[in-house]
Amino acid sequence: MTERGAEAVPPMKSLRRWLHADLRVVAPFVALGALVLLGALVSDRFLTVDNLVNVATRSAFIAIIAVGATFVIAGGGLDLSVGSMAALIAGVMIFVMNGLGAPAPANAFFATLSTLFGSSPMGILAAGILLALLLGALCGLANGVVTTFGRIEPFIVTLGTMGIYRGLIIWLAAGGTITMRSVELRELYRPVYFGSIAGVPVPILIFLAIAAAGALLLYRTPFGRHVVALGSSEDVARYSGVPIARVRVLTYVIQGVCVALAILVYVPRLGSATPTTGLLWELQAITAVVIGGTMLKGGTGRVWGTIAGAVILELVANIMVLSDLVSEYLVGAVQGAIIIVAMLVQRGLHRRQ
Amino acid sequence: MAPILSAHRISRSFGPVEVLSDISFGLEPGEVHAVIGENGAGKSTLMRILSGHLQPSKGALEFRGEPVRFSGPVEAERRGIVLVHQEILLAEDLTVSENLFLGRELRRFGLTDKQAMRESTRAALARLGARIPPDAQVRGLSIAERQFVQIARALLVPHQVVIFDEPTAVLTPIEAEALFTTIRRLKADGIAVLYISHRLAEVKAIAERVTVLRDGQLVATRDASSLEPVEMARLMVGRDLSKLYPDKPAAGSRDMVLSVTGASVPGFVHNASFELHRGEILGFGGLVGAGRTELLEGLVGLRSFRGEVILEGREVRFRNAGEALASGVAYLTEDRKGKGLLLQQDLRVNLTLAALERFTRGPLIDAAAEDRALDGALRNFDIRARRRNMLAGQLSGGNQQKLLLAKMMLVEPRIIIIDEPTRGVDIGTREQIYQFIARLAAQGRSIIVISSEMPELIGLCDRVLVMRNGRITGEVPGEDLSEDAIVFLATGVHEDKAAAIAAGVA
Repeated sequence: MTERGAEAVPPMKSLRRWLHADLRVVAPFVALGALVLLGALVSDRFLTVDNLVNVATRSAFIAIIAVGATFVIAGGGLDLSVGSMAALIAGVMIFVMNGLGAPAPANAFFATLSTLFGSSPMGILAAGILLALLLGALCGLANGVVTTFGRIEPFIVTLGTMGIYRGLIIWLAAGGTITMRSVELRELYRPVYFGSIAGVPVPILIFLAIAAAGALLLYRTPFGRHVVALGSSEDVARYSGVPIARVRVLTYVIQGVCVALAILVYVPRLGSATPTTGLLWELQAITAVVIGGTMLKGGTGRVWGTIAGAVILELVANIMVLSDLVSEYLVGAVQGAIIIVAMLVQRGLHRRQ
Repeated sequence: MAPILSAHRISRSFGPVEVLSDISFGLEPGEVHAVIGENGAGKSTLMRILSGHLQPSKGALEFRGEPVRFSGPVEAERRGIVLVHQEILLAEDLTVSENLFLGRELRRFGLTDKQAMRESTRAALARLGARIPPDAQVRGLSIAERQFVQIARALLVPHQVVIFDEPTAVLTPIEAEALFTTIRRLKADGIAVLYISHRLAEVKAIAERVTVLRDGQLVATRDASSLEPVEMARLMVGRDLSKLYPDKPAAGSRDMVLSVTGASVPGFVHNASFELHRGEILGFGGLVGAGRTELLEGLVGLRSFRGEVILEGREVRFRNAGEALASGVAYLTEDRKGKGLLLQQDLRVNLTLAALERFTRGPLIDAAAEDRALDGALRNFDIRARRRNMLAGQLSGGNQQKLLLAKMMLVEPRIIIIDEPTRGVDIGTREQIYQFIARLAAQGRSIIVISSEMPELIGLCDRVLVMRNGRITGEVPGEDLSEDAIVFLATGVHEDKAAAIAAGVA
């Protein structure tokens, strides 16, 4: 073989290897592209900048939550409580901001917060944001600590906390709705969902930033490596000196913080929380993670795939609304079917490897 | 006499690797035919082909003079070929009799007939010389008792050919003798017995003919009466055995690096004490289940542990493997696939997992440094990987062991505990691993080797501690190392006495 021939072969070979080895990584993006094509075919209103930006914006909540779920699932865990947790955080955040906005503090708790953050709308908003993040971290911590130290299946623990968090928000709202009262505060907070920077809506910027941070944490830090090791085999991680308890608890804390971040984007949209806020979000988040190529048994995590998964879910809903093929009331059924199909595809690709 | 089961030029490949090539041999009714060979010689593969678990890639089997092709173990069993597995495959939560009849329950009016199954179980176990209550839960049985339950289960189906895969690995000599009595009875009934073992004295005692495998090839089939254990070993290894092990240096230093006093691991180890010196290779011998693994796992914080541990003059207490590694004590598990390596991850991730903090730049992993470490490990440990990005699970057993060694050496331990260093490792790689262990000791590191391979303990170690039933029963110093000395401490009985005692018991 000549020199030139020898040089010509490797790129082909490496291309083929790349296609073979990373089919599972590419699959969600291929599916995303196929859906965009499908959408363009069934409706001429689909392929417009406005519509696509709208879809991406609406997928922000699930995308942000699903980035956290990627950590939990990659580490071999599961969190079913994210939807209830979202409702609880939204409710508490609005409740606290309303309390701080009241003419006179209702109790010592609000009085202390008031002296810390002042009573300007900016101070109240800062207090609400910090409290939401803190509460998210605490809810995640509770899931993580009970799962890890109680040695209980995460399915059971988070099924329990799912009920607890949901019950707490229903109690806090007395079965009704908690709405942001201060108009001033609403105006101040509004741009976080409705604003845009350089033409890109803020929620999209936020979820891209969170995904980038998540990818960096999962792929490039020792902690991320430990998460994957733990999800691959808890025994191997333990025998290799990985601090498995700390790593596991932290994945749930990250999940909790991600839920809080999603809520920070969600609250300015509607300005209220109800007992049905976040209903079935856990299903959507887990579906996004699985569509994205992360395996439910742990050991792999694909942050960008998860983002693609979240957008796919929203695209499907959007196409259903725009077209007359299937009633939009069946969105839940279609999304449920997608997770099953995604698992089947994953299994098929795994076999081929 | 015509063979009942014979193999004609069978070969078996897994992917490109041929693990068995061109094997022909026959098994006659009423004979005990031993198959011996090193780890990885192809014994298990041959046995799995004969019992229908695997198909040969080439060649054919003949049963009673007719060509057969088993679609699976069920079909082989239907023809009377049964296999007694080496691993214990029993449902722990079921009782002895439920296990014996699992999948073939006796029925009466459509319901299971517990009484009849209980009676048959009692009778079947009595024939083996084992007294185990039929209603006992398997979870509560010792490993030897479980082995007998497993044998009784295999012999429950009508059988013409019985294949035993290293049945005595977990038995004391007295229990082994009880098993031999059973085998002799099978032989007297005209049953053909295929007996796989690497305990050569035992093979000499029980077998009529011996077939030796080496590297997937049949080296010889001889009458046992004309073959001494030393000759068997030479045939198995293919060269002088003494070359396998590195030279032992003159007595090492007496600097104590580790002293353990009154160590207990609840349920496994009671009051164990020992010392380890600088540059020494200390062996731990004993039967499977004697508590060796548990003692050392407890020491490095992988199990609950009580007792005083003095490391280099300081009292220490490791709460987890991370603390032990940080103090320079590394434990390499015997269970490479389950606890040693992430089979679904690539070589790089596996290599640096235990020492990840050495591969960071700021808060991030330094991938370039990891790649350099992988280059070094592939070179220094002679890890044969087809591709750098292959998964650890795709490596052969020997290369996995080398990867595990490389992984743990990255933390630069001063004390290295290696549990079954050559389990499932081919002969060529074994020699490399022994050389490597000797080199570590020569560097002044201290090594503990846990092994169930007696030649390995004798060939490699400066001295050997022996455990039985969770206690250290004694120490065999280097100059006195012999199989009998270890067996005596491991079982409380000398090899030659066991037969007499078993005869008295039976």
